[in-house]
Amino acid sequence: MAETAIELKGISKSFGAVHANRNIDLKIEAGTIHGIIGENGAGKSTLMSILYGFYQADRGRIDVAGKTVTIDTPSDAIALGIGMVHQHFMLVQNFTVLENVILGAEGEALLKTSIAKARSELERLERDYGLEVDPDAVIEDLPVGLQQRVEILKALYRGADILILDEPTGVLTPAEADHLFRILEQLKDEGKTIILITHKLREIMAITDNVSVMRQGAMVATRETAETSVEELAELMVGRRVLLQVEKGEATPGDVLLAVEGLTVKDSRGVTMVDNMSFEVRAGEIVGIAGVAGNGQSQLLDAITGVRKAVSGTVTLDGEPVDLTGAADPADLRERGMAHVPEDRHHVGLVLPFEENENAMLGYHRQAKYLNGPFLNIEAIRADAREKIEKYDIRPPDSRLRTANFSGGNQQKIVLAREMEQDPKVLIVGQPTRGVDVGAIEFIHKRLIDMRDQGKAVLLVSVELDEIRSLSDRILVMFAGRLVGERGPDASESELGLLMAGVEEKEAAE
Amino acid sequence: MDFFHSLILVLDSTVRLSIPLLLAALAGLYSERSGVFDIGLEGKMLAGAFAAGAAAAVTGSAWAGLGAAMLISIFLALVHGFASITHRGNQIVSGVAINFIAAGSTIILGQAWFRQGGRTPSLPGEARFSSIDLPFAEAVRDVPILGEVYSELISGHSLLTYAAFLLVPFTWWVLFRTRFGLRLRAVGENPAAVDTAGISVSWLRYRAVICTGVLTGMAGTYLSLAQNAGFVKDMTAGRGFIALAALIFAKWRPVPVMFACLLFGFLDAFAIRIQGTPLPLIGQVPVQFMQALPYILTVVLLAGFIGKAVPPRAGGVPYVKER
Ligand SMILES: Nc1ncnc2c1ncn2[C@@H]1O[C@H](COP(=O)(O)OP(=O)(O)OP(=O)(O)O)[C@@H](O)[C@H]1O
Ligand SMILES: [Mg+2]
Repeated sequence: MAETAIELKGISKSFGAVHANRNIDLKIEAGTIHGIIGENGAGKSTLMSILYGFYQADRGRIDVAGKTVTIDTPSDAIALGIGMVHQHFMLVQNFTVLENVILGAEGEALLKTSIAKARSELERLERDYGLEVDPDAVIEDLPVGLQQRVEILKALYRGADILILDEPTGVLTPAEADHLFRILEQLKDEGKTIILITHKLREIMAITDNVSVMRQGAMVATRETAETSVEELAELMVGRRVLLQVEKGEATPGDVLLAVEGLTVKDSRGVTMVDNMSFEVRAGEIVGIAGVAGNGQSQLLDAITGVRKAVSGTVTLDGEPVDLTGAADPADLRERGMAHVPEDRHHVGLVLPFEENENAMLGYHRQAKYLNGPFLNIEAIRADAREKIEKYDIRPPDSRLRTANFSGGNQQKIVLAREMEQDPKVLIVGQPTRGVDVGAIEFIHKRLIDMRDQGKAVLLVSVELDEIRSLSDRILVMFAGRLVGERGPDASESELGLLMAGVEEKEAAE
Repeated sequence: MDFFHSLILVLDSTVRLSIPLLLAALAGLYSERSGVFDIGLEGKMLAGAFAAGAAAAVTGSAWAGLGAAMLISIFLALVHGFASITHRGNQIVSGVAINFIAAGSTIILGQAWFRQGGRTPSLPGEARFSSIDLPFAEAVRDVPILGEVYSELISGHSLLTYAAFLLVPFTWWVLFRTRFGLRLRAVGENPAAVDTAGISVSWLRYRAVICTGVLTGMAGTYLSLAQNAGFVKDMTAGRGFIALAALIFAKWRPVPVMFACLLFGFLDAFAIRIQGTPLPLIGQVPVQFMQALPYILTVVLLAGFIGKAVPPRAGGVPYVKER
């Protein structure tokens, strides 16, 4: 048997009343890629942060390479050759790549020599692993994919032998994810040990050697990847059978509820992001917009929902035009039956410091049922929130909890419950399952199909091709701001993939 | 040549009046760049001025005064650090508290020790940082223009003045050329990044507030041992706040901080110069207006002309990793 790189014994950790890790045992073999999966809030990030010394365990023991060690701070972990790419990047936004890489590993008191050394070392790492990034670029100007490279470079620069990656692919396009996996394979071939956290079971099957499953703070199983299946893993994670493919009947499209005509949108730098797009969404159908992230989907959503100014074109909601000057009143649109689940739940969808019940009705707070004369009817609001918690299985079931303390999947359910329960005519959904675990994905997909069957017009924008294919009745493919093709739900993945890559319609059809 | 001479005089007092601002603003720069907002510059400067005046009066040594000023103001900075770094308290409340403590205790202690209505005894020349003449200042005095600039404007200031100006490039160098500076800037932007890089956030921030203490101590010493001959109650007169305005105005960068302080110092010098003399077209300008000008200028310029002043991103927020 291979050597053990890391062994965790009886690790427990609580945050106040939340038991994030309960008595966890885990063994990781040297020179392997070890996957860790689990529902949102299962405690994966917490466990890894303990291993990295960012949090301290309440109880338990850590062995590295057979020796019991104490890891009180990240510097202890770094000294033991452990590196971590965090779920939320730990970068200084207004520093250059180079400055971020050397931070904490400068060597000398003066920067000049350490920067020169880091520059040549970075060049070597870039060459060896194909991790290209301009060392003098400022982090905030870089897309997330590149920011992640910087995080990996940081760990490698410190000489990490054990690399922890916490949901690295959540922010990556499929091509970027493939590139990342090639790098991980290469690191493994060099004898490094890799711990990979992800919600995407396909990635687990494709790249890991072993996989461990966590549920509600406990470690429930460890399997050899070759001897397990996606179905088994999903069941272990959620504790029940999960339908990975939603079942749905034929769509029965009705009247056109949302019509987009010749829509053109520019971003703040004046670059055309949406180029003369036209399409319709009818009652009782789900129209999916597929595309690699960054091809104008965000700007399209913003323009349709009246948040961003459009250069030209019209959007019609149930026969009435939507104000496209960028000054549309969201309350008015909501009243007219347009509900919106934004792509970015943290910045746009929720006010994180608010209590759950407040977020559960925010935006609809002018409705009579939430009001008591000029005041909010707190009782009614909380009762309403409790109902939604019950119906959408939001956990923990506490309407008074701060929204920030819910896990990502549950936060997403809060937004969905708010928008879906208003009985809208048109539902616009951006990336509904980003960073969400399989159990919650199943639930969200079912709810979207329900909405369709109730005769709503659903516009779904997602970078997850599987999601688009399993939910949509019609698939529109967006590339460089233009609609490059329309396909039925049975279109093959490779055909859609080619369209998404900008290969011309004719060629793709061949 | 009369106009030129008055210009030199105004500029000369500009330098004198901007030094306490400059030292205090540089002090604030260290702390705020590390993410600890410090509204207590005023209080630390005042306590420093008092300590310098008292120690110099007792020992007869200006250097002892400077040492005492630094010690007391480092102590107050550590109190602020203890409240806001270790105990993650509200930084504004802690800073205001320090201002109150300094304002009250300097008067009480001054009265108890020296019985001169809150003043410290007037100091003789050796117990002060008096002005020093640079080499050849006398010799070149008669050279037109340049000679006068050298002997009147550049020469003839106290050691602390020259030190303050040298601290500007020094601070820049520390901030942008040393490991400490890199970490200091990082911790003010994203303490979690510093923490995960294996550096202690608390220790780093404590070192930053100690730097602040050293510099506010110097600023206070300048007031009581260089600009004046002893401590007078409330002698900072809001300079700690003007220094804060200069810091914001300069977007927390050392060289612009110097220019901002010189500008505010100039307004002050100009106000003193034109006091009582009506200006053409405008007439008599109330002195209160001139005193308010730095603040008005900061607001107006920040509102429209020099763009947004983005403070260090983690400024004012205690670092908490477990919610
Ligand atoms: N710093 C913190 N303070 C308080 N509670 C926390 C903190 N970090 C995590 N928690 C709580 O601990 C539990 C486990 O969280 P953790 O982030 O480890 O989950 P996860 O498995 O990584 O989930 P996800 O897939 O959403 O990233 C959650 O209930 C979370 O709300
Ligand atoms: Mg996580």
